[in-house]
Amino acid sequence: MYGNDFRDPDEQLNAAEGGALDQLLPTATRRGEGGDFERLVSTDGRVEPRDEMPDAYRQTLIRQIAQHAHSEIIGMQPEGNWISRAPSLRRKAILLAKVQDEAGHGLYLYSAAETLGVDRSELLDKLHNGQQKYSSIFNYPTLTWADVGAIGWLVDGAAIMNQVPLCRCSYGPYARAMIRVCKEESFHQRQGFELLWTLSRGTERQRAMLQDAANRWWWPALMMFGPPDTGEAAKGGHTEQSMAWGIKRFSNDDLRQKFVDMTVPQADKLGVTLPDPDLRWNAERGHYDFGPIDWDEFWRVLKGDGPCNEERIAHRVSAHEEGAWVREAASAYADKLASRSTGAVA
Amino acid sequence: MDKTIAPADVTATYLLGLADDALIYTQRLGEWMSRAPQIEEDMALGNIALDLLGQARALLTRVGELDGTGRDEDALAYLRDEREFRNVHLVERPRGDFGDEMARLLWFSSYQFELYSQLTSSTDEVLAGVAAKAIKEVTYHRDHATQWVLRLGDGTPESHARMQAALDRVAPYVDELFTDTATDEAATTSGVGVLPSQLRSAATAYVRSVVDEATLAMPAEPRRRARGGRDGIHSQAMGYLLAEMQHIHRSHPDATTW
Repeated sequence: MYGNDFRDPDEQLNAAEGGALDQLLPTATRRGEGGDFERLVSTDGRVEPRDEMPDAYRQTLIRQIAQHAHSEIIGMQPEGNWISRAPSLRRKAILLAKVQDEAGHGLYLYSAAETLGVDRSELLDKLHNGQQKYSSIFNYPTLTWADVGAIGWLVDGAAIMNQVPLCRCSYGPYARAMIRVCKEESFHQRQGFELLWTLSRGTERQRAMLQDAANRWWWPALMMFGPPDTGEAAKGGHTEQSMAWGIKRFSNDDLRQKFVDMTVPQADKLGVTLPDPDLRWNAERGHYDFGPIDWDEFWRVLKGDGPCNEERIAHRVSAHEEGAWVREAASAYADKLASRSTGAVA
Repeated sequence: MDKTIAPADVTATYLLGLADDALIYTQRLGEWMSRAPQIEEDMALGNIALDLLGQARALLTRVGELDGTGRDEDALAYLRDEREFRNVHLVERPRGDFGDEMARLLWFSSYQFELYSQLTSSTDEVLAGVAAKAIKEVTYHRDHATQWVLRLGDGTPESHARMQAALDRVAPYVDELFTDTATDEAATTSGVGVLPSQLRSAATAYVRSVVDEATLAMPAEPRRRARGGRDGIHSQAMGYLLAEMQHIHRSHPDATTW
């Protein structure tokens, strides 16, 4: 429920709203009927787990889906950081539910990865030992309550822009998992915006908190689309191959531009300034121009030198290690039950 | 307690105890998010926390209507001081290992199961409604705790020892759940509430059946018993819990909405 002063709820806030996702449903939910891989991929068909597929396609998907799953799981931490301090009980409920949804997204995605012949524990080991990555955005800290809103508005907004096209991914289980993920992410993005909208109508200190959060999250959100991959930069990266395989549908740069175009008017409505002096509407291009992204910062944080890299992994590893005795007990108990029922049958 | 106390105040005080149990336990369960032994358990504990938070919000809102102060759920949650909280010590106890949490959840859900089963016929319509919804939730919470105590008790030698130790550590906090206060007596007389002492045997029988099946032992009578929570006498951990929960809200006294 939104307050009476909330802006038009029918107005599209993110890439999954405004019917965008619903239009994808007929194709996205279609099961593949099998057949030759190249033909399936070139005719926008769905590749299913039983189908033959090139090993490189399989490995690319495992890497991408695992990274996505890891991002959901690590992403629970920066927001979980505020559950105990949420300033109203309504916000506490919303935040608890959101962090819980992220755990759920992690589960769908690990399950989608498992259809490719890996298992979750193996993927978690790779997260823990640094062999696989998660989205670098979660290496930034959540310093104030407004950061919870900024993550919803900007980080989830950027994630949705990336993820809606994945509902058309050539690999069926991933595409289908993404539908539910996008619907829930869309809800989170709207909740984040509504949190910030409330701050924007609040006290001077609440508005200052909002502006500070926008200042800190804007550039990292733009980096979430990944390094430039059009023009000269298109050569030699993952983008070209992933597009040929129907895993990726738009370039990083195109998605980033769409995100900027969608988000700048929302910043205006919130009354916040985005921290980019070059940001302005370009009538000729029909898009917003924006300033250069600090890719040195992106690579630095990606390689481990971000504010929270060590903390996020240490937290995750300690939860995993502290829970080992519980998981071992659950397996041992399941084995006992199985052998008891076998014994009873015999 | 003063026998001339107005019925609305009795009801409000009685409901505040139930609300604070749910709210403070939500706060502890929320600490598990991203720290559970497996992802499914992050979801389950989050779910239980959400159910309890829902109970707390409905009950606090009702308290604000009844006590004549016009306070809303947030004023009651964020602007009361420690001595005004009426929760039992069990729920404020700092987070331990997963065994501790399942021991706490088994006792608390078994208590709430018996409690809300009876409160569906409370003369306070709001409480009866909360109870009707809560009983479905609590049935799941109790089952969840049961399944884990069975797995841990009858799992590996290590988990058996740890689950037993957790039950032993929680034992001093059980008695308070089933101890009647003057408010409980007044609320029971008016038909709003139920005497905690009357819930003891059914809840204990349930816990005992789980403990037996899990090949564990019911703890011996504890030497120490927590008491005083319903009168606002808490453990030292409570002040820190409230400081964390309340500080953003209290740091912005002029903010009217979040």
